[in-house]
Amino acid sequence: MVDFNGWDMPVEYPSSGGIIAEHMAVRTGVGIFDVSHMGDIRLAGSEALAAVQHISMNDASRLAIGQAQYSALLYPQGTFVDDVIVHRLGEQEYLLVINAGTREKDFSWVRDNTRQFNCEVENLSDEFTQIAIQGPKGVDLLSKLTDADLRSVKFYWVTRGTVSGLRDILIARTGYTAEDGFEIYVPSDDQTSARVWNEVLAVGKEFGAVPCGLGARNTLRLEGKLPLYGHEISDTINVWEAGLDRFCKMEKPEFIGREALENARAGKVERTLVGLEMVDRGIARDGYRILNTEGQQIGYVTSGSYAPFLKKNIALAYVPPEFSALGTELLVEIRNQGVKAKVVPTPFYKKPKKN
Amino acid sequence: MAFPADYKYTKEHEWLKSDGKTATIGITSYAQDSLGDIVFVELPKVGAELSAGKTFGSVESVKAVSDLYAPASGTVTEVNGELATAPEKINKDAHSAWMIRIALKNPGDLNSLLSAADYEKFVAEEGGH
Repeated sequence: MVDFNGWDMPVEYPSSGGIIAEHMAVRTGVGIFDVSHMGDIRLAGSEALAAVQHISMNDASRLAIGQAQYSALLYPQGTFVDDVIVHRLGEQEYLLVINAGTREKDFSWVRDNTRQFNCEVENLSDEFTQIAIQGPKGVDLLSKLTDADLRSVKFYWVTRGTVSGLRDILIARTGYTAEDGFEIYVPSDDQTSARVWNEVLAVGKEFGAVPCGLGARNTLRLEGKLPLYGHEISDTINVWEAGLDRFCKMEKPEFIGREALENARAGKVERTLVGLEMVDRGIARDGYRILNTEGQQIGYVTSGSYAPFLKKNIALAYVPPEFSALGTELLVEIRNQGVKAKVVPTPFYKKPKKN
Repeated sequence: MAFPADYKYTKEHEWLKSDGKTATIGITSYAQDSLGDIVFVELPKVGAELSAGKTFGSVESVKAVSDLYAPASGTVTEVNGELATAPEKINKDAHSAWMIRIALKNPGDLNSLLSAADYEKFVAEEGGH
């Protein structure tokens, strides 16, 4: 167990066979994650949409009831309070799913910046246990436990249904693995949480489901280039640098951070996030320095690991834009030695399209 | 966990097997178990000089990087090249997946190493923390 922002969480489950086995289960079958550490903020009221629009960078007005979108809460400087998933649950009701490490900060931020709207803001983080069922066989597994028609739920949409005998459970086709999958929100009391977790695992046996820890969660999201707060995004990194342009809707007339981003776009970014693949032997790790071929530091690694599905050593790194062209050769400083790497297309992994 | 009785051990979880003149070195099953899936091993070249207690390479799992410490001083005479492409062999059988062989400089170095029984006691205490 490791302490993850105050939560006791397993890096891997020895019974699953370790990080690589867990990772492969999600890519080829199904894996189960206890992601109760994620936080949830509910906004409801006649001005809930206006409030969500004000505090988030994506355009929530495009959401139909039951639809979700990737978005972020920004500081006025255009840097990140956190990245979030915004779910539209009702006509005037939204649910923001936020990160563990930033739960209290996020809730205060949302509450303080929505006071001018006729909208109730509730921290539901302790109400739910969130269980993620991820992988191509996730739909088959969860279908055994619910009456909801999961196949009709598109990616980044939600539905409600009875799960393990619990009525009206929120089921979202979302995840943090770059794979198809679902996240269910069940009441957080220990008995209910443990019962549902055990039932998911028991039903999952026939699909080869294994419990997965933080280690696989990290390697899976890295292969899919999904940002992690404190690594690819933070309070000192802005939206353009992080390359999250397509989730930032500048055509929205107003949101916190918009003005700074407008100004930043006029100038040029000083660094940009790139994907790297090691050319020579070595693994780039979080925080390692990036050098140019002359050996001068030009950037740093935000996340790096052996990629279990791709079977390569990959990394994400911030470098000046002139070093971001595909194929550019760079060095990663590993134990005082420059080890050759090259810029490659991202995401490193894309889930196969369904036929 | 069974630690071969004819090996010697370090508190940094290396094992050493010696005939008094040369020694074979690897990491223990306890070390591989704590590291998890091993995906990278960096070892010295033949001819490199090792000094007891100093790092001679590193081993990386998916989740962690760990330095390798020389149990004894000596000159590297052989390197297990197989580990460069198949580092998972250490997970499968750490006590036979040797890393390097050295010609011992001071055979007396071995006296300061742990016996299998002492090492087993040591990891039982460390694991209990």
